[in-house]
Amino acid sequence: MTGALHRYLPLVILALLWEAATRLGIVSTLALPPLSQVLRAAYDLARSGDLLTNAAASLYRAGAGLALSIVIGGALGIAMAWWRPVNVVVGPLVELFYPVPKSALIPVTALWLGFGDGSKILLIFLGCMIPVTLGAFNGARSSDQALIWSARSMGASRLRVLWDVVVPSALPELLNGVRTALALSFVLLVSAELIVARSGLGYMIGFLGAGGTYDGMFAAVLTVAFLGFVADRIYQRLMNRVLQWRE
Amino acid sequence: MTRRRVAMPGLVGSMAWWMARWIAIAVLLVAWEGLARSGLVTPFMLPSLSVVLARIWSDALSGDLLQNLWLTLYRALAGFAIAAGAGTALGVLIARNRFIRWFFDPLISVGFPMPKIAFLPIIALWLGYNDASKMTMVVFDSIFPVVTAAIAGTLAVEKELLWSARNMGASERQLLWEIVLPAALPQVLTGLQVALPIALIVSIVAEMTMGGAGLGSAMMVASRFADSPGVFAGITEIAVAGYCLVKCMALLRRRLLLWHQEALAPATA
Repeated sequence: MTGALHRYLPLVILALLWEAATRLGIVSTLALPPLSQVLRAAYDLARSGDLLTNAAASLYRAGAGLALSIVIGGALGIAMAWWRPVNVVVGPLVELFYPVPKSALIPVTALWLGFGDGSKILLIFLGCMIPVTLGAFNGARSSDQALIWSARSMGASRLRVLWDVVVPSALPELLNGVRTALALSFVLLVSAELIVARSGLGYMIGFLGAGGTYDGMFAAVLTVAFLGFVADRIYQRLMNRVLQWRE
Repeated sequence: MTRRRVAMPGLVGSMAWWMARWIAIAVLLVAWEGLARSGLVTPFMLPSLSVVLARIWSDALSGDLLQNLWLTLYRALAGFAIAAGAGTALGVLIARNRFIRWFFDPLISVGFPMPKIAFLPIIALWLGYNDASKMTMVVFDSIFPVVTAAIAGTLAVEKELLWSARNMGASERQLLWEIVLPAALPQVLTGLQVALPIALIVSIVAEMTMGGAGLGSAMMVASRFADSPGVFAGITEIAVAGYCLVKCMALLRRRLLLWHQEALAPATA
């Protein structure tokens, strides 16, 4: 307990500095509302249900896009490592799209699917697919050739080897790719909602900021940041549990 | 003779695989043109490749392309340079000073996984809708991978190297510039390679939300006026710019690390 306190003390100090600087008038409350006021705004927004409905909209979009990218990207990456023709066709495309800033797709998906959920889900799916595919590909490619041979010589079919040997050995890298994708999904989600949306946390930030409700805007920004952080921590826990079978 | 007979199919084979890579890209481009012309999708949903290329050409002739490209790259690269310098310095400090590490450790571990782009409206509120706020956002977002890479790189410097340098009478300053930084360079460069695309992304998103010209802003304007060739021209330009930046960074890495053993390893594509 004291260990955690010592570790996170700098954050507490910063929070106190924030409160003090605004209370003492060193910083204008118009530019930076006091932390206590931001927390009260967050509480009010949560009670009125605004925060919850917008957060639910955001999480639905991020979750759906991410789930699609994990299923399709993971399958694609393993297929690339398993059948060379797939690699030859898909590999150059992945390499081509890898450095492309995915946020550039925001206007395109909005053009295709409008301002609703569909355009964000498509954007997150397309953006997150590349790290997942690469993770799965690198993991599956590095699976131990000796394991594959022994499984084959013990009479396992090719499909059986794929499922029992290649997929588990691809898992650590695949899960790492998913972690990158998880962070990316939040970035894409918030960018897209800031730019083209009528609901969601990113929209809320822009809407409250444009209306001059700065304590509310800060509350929404902190909520997004907190959600992104918590999602990463939970994912790390899960990843460690899933990979417990490794020594 | 036998060796030659074995080698030839191998050479032809690898040539074929190499050709296939370009064929895949060519097929994609042809499929784009074909799909756009087939009438299955409206020109609004997907303008044909030739229309988009014509649009890029006319933008280039009028000078808009160059100006927007310059603005975007200027914001991204200036922010990236600040993040690279400050991030490396901070990372080395964190790794070498216990108090600084105690203070920044929780900030980094909390800040790294956060979607920092959400702070964009706050930065805009503080600094206004200008280049300074866009660059601040770029620095804020791209500094994290640099710092963590610099910390890891500095901590991984072999103790024996430091001991022997000290033993031979190296000053702290010499130790830093001649031992620690070169030894940490490979990891720092990896961090920079992660940070560069982030810098470009953030500068484009900042332009999309705040306006003020640049490739992102031009794309948003095109999108608002339902000018879909403009949108697709924008995405093509951004894709090419991003691709070139990443390739340049990889080249720079190879150039800077000529002395390092990784230069001997076969280059990965």
